[in-house]
Amino acid sequence: MSSHPATLPADARLHIEAGHSWAKLPIVAFVVGVAGIAGTFALGMGNTKQLYHSWLVALLYFLSLALGSLFFVLIQFLAKAGWSVVVRRIAENLAAPVPIFALLFVPILMGMHDLYHWTHADAVAHDELLQGKSSFLNNGFFIVRAVVYFAVWSFLATWYRRQSVAQDQTGDHAYTRRMTMASAPGVAAFALSITFAAFDWAMSLDPHWYSTMWGVWYFSGAILSAFALITVFTLRLQGAGLLRGVVNGEHYHDLGKLVFAFTVFWAYISFSQYFLIWYANIPEETSYFAHRMGNSWESVGILLMVGHFAVPFLFMMPRTIKRNPATLFLGACWVLLMHYVDIYYAVMPNLHHEGVRFAATDALAFLGVGGVYLGLALMMMRKGALVPVKDPRLPESLAFQNV
Amino acid sequence: MVGKPSVALAEFDTAGEIYHACEHVRDAGFSRWDAHTPFPVHGLDKAMGIGRSRVPWIALVCGFTGAGLAFWLQAWVHSSAYPLVINAKPYMSWQAYIPVTFEVGVLFTALGTLIGMLALNRLPQHYNSLFKSARFERSTDDKFFISIAADDPRFQGEETLRFLQGLGASHVELIED
Repeated sequence: MSSHPATLPADARLHIEAGHSWAKLPIVAFVVGVAGIAGTFALGMGNTKQLYHSWLVALLYFLSLALGSLFFVLIQFLAKAGWSVVVRRIAENLAAPVPIFALLFVPILMGMHDLYHWTHADAVAHDELLQGKSSFLNNGFFIVRAVVYFAVWSFLATWYRRQSVAQDQTGDHAYTRRMTMASAPGVAAFALSITFAAFDWAMSLDPHWYSTMWGVWYFSGAILSAFALITVFTLRLQGAGLLRGVVNGEHYHDLGKLVFAFTVFWAYISFSQYFLIWYANIPEETSYFAHRMGNSWESVGILLMVGHFAVPFLFMMPRTIKRNPATLFLGACWVLLMHYVDIYYAVMPNLHHEGVRFAATDALAFLGVGGVYLGLALMMMRKGALVPVKDPRLPESLAFQNV
Repeated sequence: MVGKPSVALAEFDTAGEIYHACEHVRDAGFSRWDAHTPFPVHGLDKAMGIGRSRVPWIALVCGFTGAGLAFWLQAWVHSSAYPLVINAKPYMSWQAYIPVTFEVGVLFTALGTLIGMLALNRLPQHYNSLFKSARFERSTDDKFFISIAADDPRFQGEETLRFLQGLGASHVELIED
C-alpha cells in the first residue's frame, strides 16, 4: 500500500567510509576546537572574568545540544516511537560525547570565583540571604552535584548508544526491551539533573535571584535546538550521499513539526517566566529583568521575542517548508543561532550590566567547545552504521507516512 | 422523486482492492465520488487524487482573527473605554493581555477547524441515499465501498456500474433517491 518500501534499500549507504568527504571532518573539528580553546585561554588570561563567562556560554550552549539529543533518544523509547528509528542513531551519536563536558567543565571550577558571587566568603559574611542559601550554594556541594549530573548523563548517553550499536549485530529484541525499561527512570533522572544543573550553573550567577521556571527554560531550549541539530545533521548527511532512500520527506516533516511545536513551547516557558515576574513586581524577582532593560540588552530581549519565537513560528508553519530540505535546513539553522542568543542573554548581563559587549573570547570559546563536541559526535558517526539496522521498529519507520 | 438514480455503489473486500480501484476511478476523471472504509487506509487520499485540505487556511485566518480581536478588546477596554489603574501598571500593559490573546487565538483556531471541516464536508446531513443500501452498513465493519454520485458529469448509470464491476467489485448496485 505504502509508496515507501519497508526494507532498507540494497544500495543505501549507511556508513561513512574511509574516502568519504565526512571522514575527515572529525579531524577538522578537533583542530578548530583545540585552536579555539588555546586562543580562548591565550587571549582571556588578561581578563579572567570575561574568559570564564565566555566559556560558560559556550559550555551551556553545546551541552544543551548534547542533552537535548539524549532526551530525544530517551523519549523515543519511552513512547515506543516507530517513525523516528531512521534518525535515532544520529541523536545517539550527538548525545554520546556528553562525558567530554565533564572535562570541559574544569575551567568553570577554575573560574568559580570569577563567575559566582556566592563563592566570595567576605560577601556571604555580610549577606543574610546568601548565608541562608549557603547550605546549598557552597563550593563542596556545588562540585559534588556537578559530578552527579555528569555521572547520570554520561551513563545514559553511553549506555544507550552501546546497547543500540550492539543490537546492530544480533538484532536481539531484548535490547529494545531493556532500553524501553530504562527510559522511564532515565527521563526522571534526566529531568532532575538538567533542572538542578541549570539552577547551579546559570541561575546562581545572580544568587539573590531565583525563578522556578529556570530549569524548564533551559530544557526547552535544549530540546528545541536538539530537534534542529538532528535535522541539520540528517539533511547534511543526505546531501553527502548517505541515507538515501532511508530518510525521506515524511521524517523531515515530523522533525519540522517538532521544531515548530517546541518553538511555541520555548516561547510559552520564557514568557511565563517573564510574565509572572512582571505581574508580581517583587524586587527580589524583578532584578533579573531590571538588568536587562534600559540598556542594549533590551534590544536582545526583543530580538529573542521576534527571532526565537515569531519568525520561526510563522516560517515553520506551512507544510511545504517542513518537507522541503532547503527551507527546513534554513529554519533549523536559524533556531540553532537563536538558541545561542538566548543562552548569551541569560549569562552575559551578569558580567556586562551596562549593555552588550562582545569579546573575542566569546567566539573563540564557541569554536573551542563546539569543535571538541562536534568532533567527537562526528567520530561517533564514523563508528558503525548511521541507522539502527536491526531495530525491530525499523520497517515501521521506513514505511512511515504522515496521514 | 422516487426512481431517479442517485448514486452507484461498489463493494470491495480488501483495502488493497479499493486502493487500486480508487486509482482507476480517479484516472477515469470522476469528480463527485467518495470511498468509505472501516478504518483509515494509508495513502488512499493520493489514490483518490484528493488535493490538500483547505481547513488549515480556515484555521489560520480564525486563529489570527481570534488573537487579534482578544488583544484589541483588552487594549480598548483597559486604555480607552474603561481605564482603571490595576496593580500600579500602565493602562496599556500588553504583557497582561497575552494569556487571553493566546487562549482566544487557540479557541478560534479550534472552532474554525471544527466548523470549517464540517462545512467543507457538508455536514451534518439529515439524509443520504447511501443509507438505503443494507450492504453499506458494513462500511463501518469489514467492507470497503466506492460511491459515485449521479450528478457527476461522467456518470452514465448502468455503464458506470459495469465500470466499477470491472475494477474488481464484489457487488455493485444503483441506489435510487
